[in-house]
Amino acid sequence: MIARGFGRLTDPPASFLLAGARVVDPATGIDELRDIAVRDGVIVDLPADDLERIDASGLVVAPGFCDLHTHLREPGTEGETVASGTRAAARGGYTTVCAMPNTDPPLDESAAVAALLARAADAACRVRVIAAATRGRAGHVPTELEALATSGVVGVSDDGTGVPSERVVREILKRLAPLDLPLIEHAEDGEAAGGGVMRVGPTATRLGLPAWPPEAEERMVERDLALAEAAGGRIHLTHLSTAAAISAVRRARARGTRVTCDVTPHHFSMTDAWVGGSRRFAWEETSLVGTTGEPYDAATRVNPPLATREDALALLAAIEDGTVDAIATDHAPHPSHRKAVPFGEAAPGLVGLETALSLGLAAVEAGRLSLRRLVEALSTAPAEIIGERRGLPPGATADLVLFDPRARWQVEPGALGSASSNTPLLGMELPGVVRMTVASGRVTYRR
Amino acid sequence: MLDVAVASRFGRHLLDVEGLSAGQLEELCDHAVEMRAARAERRHRSLLEAETVALAFFEPSTRTRVSFELAAKALGATTVDLAVEASSVRKGESLVDTVRTLERTGVTMLVIRHGSAGAPNLVAGRSGLRVVNAGDGSHAHPTQALIDLLTLREALGSLQGRTVAIVGDVAHSRVARSNIHALSAVGATVRVAGPPAWVAGFEAWPGVDVATSLERALVGADALMALRVQLERDAGADGPALADYVRDWRLDEDRMGLANRGAPILHPGPTNEGCEITAELADGPRSLIGRQVENGVPIRMAVLAAFAGAA
Repeated sequence: MIARGFGRLTDPPASFLLAGARVVDPATGIDELRDIAVRDGVIVDLPADDLERIDASGLVVAPGFCDLHTHLREPGTEGETVASGTRAAARGGYTTVCAMPNTDPPLDESAAVAALLARAADAACRVRVIAAATRGRAGHVPTELEALATSGVVGVSDDGTGVPSERVVREILKRLAPLDLPLIEHAEDGEAAGGGVMRVGPTATRLGLPAWPPEAEERMVERDLALAEAAGGRIHLTHLSTAAAISAVRRARARGTRVTCDVTPHHFSMTDAWVGGSRRFAWEETSLVGTTGEPYDAATRVNPPLATREDALALLAAIEDGTVDAIATDHAPHPSHRKAVPFGEAAPGLVGLETALSLGLAAVEAGRLSLRRLVEALSTAPAEIIGERRGLPPGATADLVLFDPRARWQVEPGALGSASSNTPLLGMELPGVVRMTVASGRVTYRR
Repeated sequence: MLDVAVASRFGRHLLDVEGLSAGQLEELCDHAVEMRAARAERRHRSLLEAETVALAFFEPSTRTRVSFELAAKALGATTVDLAVEASSVRKGESLVDTVRTLERTGVTMLVIRHGSAGAPNLVAGRSGLRVVNAGDGSHAHPTQALIDLLTLREALGSLQGRTVAIVGDVAHSRVARSNIHALSAVGATVRVAGPPAWVAGFEAWPGVDVATSLERALVGADALMALRVQLERDAGADGPALADYVRDWRLDEDRMGLANRGAPILHPGPTNEGCEITAELADGPRSLIGRQVENGVPIRMAVLAAFAGAA
């Protein structure tokens, strides 16, 4: 019997038969009802009637999810650990998370990368590392990119901020090109953002909060795209939040620029009205004016800030048409004392690993996204960006998620594997319950 | 006679005037009129004797802090002034911890002024205290809006269908926002006016007109509210130069001639005379500025009594 609860990558490989699941595998283009057999951690041909049989009727099997943007907070002491963060990931259906380097101290040296990878060897999902793009994330001097590449990083980023200097970005892109690693940009022009703590719009006007214009993102995106075109390196724009930024990516793609991008579940589902107390998803919102619930919930403070309904719907359309490659969580756990302060003083960010699939499924139910694209943007597409293979053909190592797309669950701190619960979704009921996650042939989560 | 028991209809906290009905706003003004008389006659001296009111001003204030303290004392409450500079806030104690400490010492009501919008909402949600907002960031200043409502009502009678123009740095003004809510609720038309950066975003506020020149602000206005130019605030890249503001927007007696006959002028204070308003206008017959200050204690007595009843 496969035990319920969390497992580790160091557990023995698993054997089981998923009977009657809807298999959605973007790698092979399959979307059909069938059985999947796993023997000693490897997907095998049917029949395999001797295996432990799990009734998967009504459930979906998909390749394991891959998060391009996770804050595990190690090294550091605040809000999460590798152990708790990877359990959150496993519960959310993830088999890989990419740890961001804005830790304390920042991950800007090979030794720190190696130490983190060693700590994650027995975690509940694979941990890949994104190293800092500049020393100390200070934006001035590129890190030892070539050495970092050999220590196994999957990209570099100064996430938390963009890299302000064009000269530095150009140098990083040139040096990354032969290494085939992306520069992952948090596109925010600090000057244009001007200390804003939420998005410009009617809610900010009403609440009297300093506001952030969409140009703060758009300007940086346009600059980065131009630099990537000139330098020829790979650039990946993370957590894009505005329709204008998406249009810029679309235009650059048409010109042949090597650019990939991701959006977060919170940016495609929530709006700036959430800061005013609304809890209506972008696709159900009719009015954006006024406060409808408790305003100033610090759980709605995030960078880039929650945008307009039009932006959120544009992000969903761009996921569907492929302009947006991947959904990434920007899982940003914070201990409660970092959020129990006035809105503008709160640490930005929210936890997302355990609600990403659910928010995607809510968009699917609303007719704003196809299940096929949702699965692809959570699994095979982000995996490809970091050079991981995904797919469910016989012979492949089992790396998959089994979920019930219709079952409902209530978001509450006790239901989360993360050490933090900073999300405005608390108390809400969402569709989508993960039943089992299998990473590298090991069962890392089962309920 | 004010019945404290029925006052729970107002809610537990006064975080903003948004959400109060026209009837409730009028009622609070009526209570203030009664409180003014009661104070003169030394009545209601023990109405709030069960209450301990903490005054927590994280930003400087004279008239608001003093009038809250006098209002609380006139109704028999115990008051305690949290001297922020000398308190554990200086040792890095968080706002929530500070407020919880006050609660454990027996404080029942908190009057709070804070530089961050939403700070009163935060402490209201994380303590058992009843919270009265005395000004938070650029968000709200509900007792000032009530003072202005009472002052205008006494000068003009009903505000239904009247036009009130608010002139100055509306974008950074909690007084403006609370007045927009209060005046709209009682049926007045609100016009906001100022340099573009100072009225940005208000075109989307339902029912609010944005005037882009002082002339447009004044013509047809039944009353004017000048906002304080926050000289201490960095005007920022998009703000106007002070000299330009004085030239284009300063209110004086001549310019007031464009407004409806006898239109009064209000200002939440403290004024920067010669900047947003001339000394002549501030001290002249149109000025209700002194009256606003006089209405401060009665309004705050009415508010403390009303929200103390909301157990």
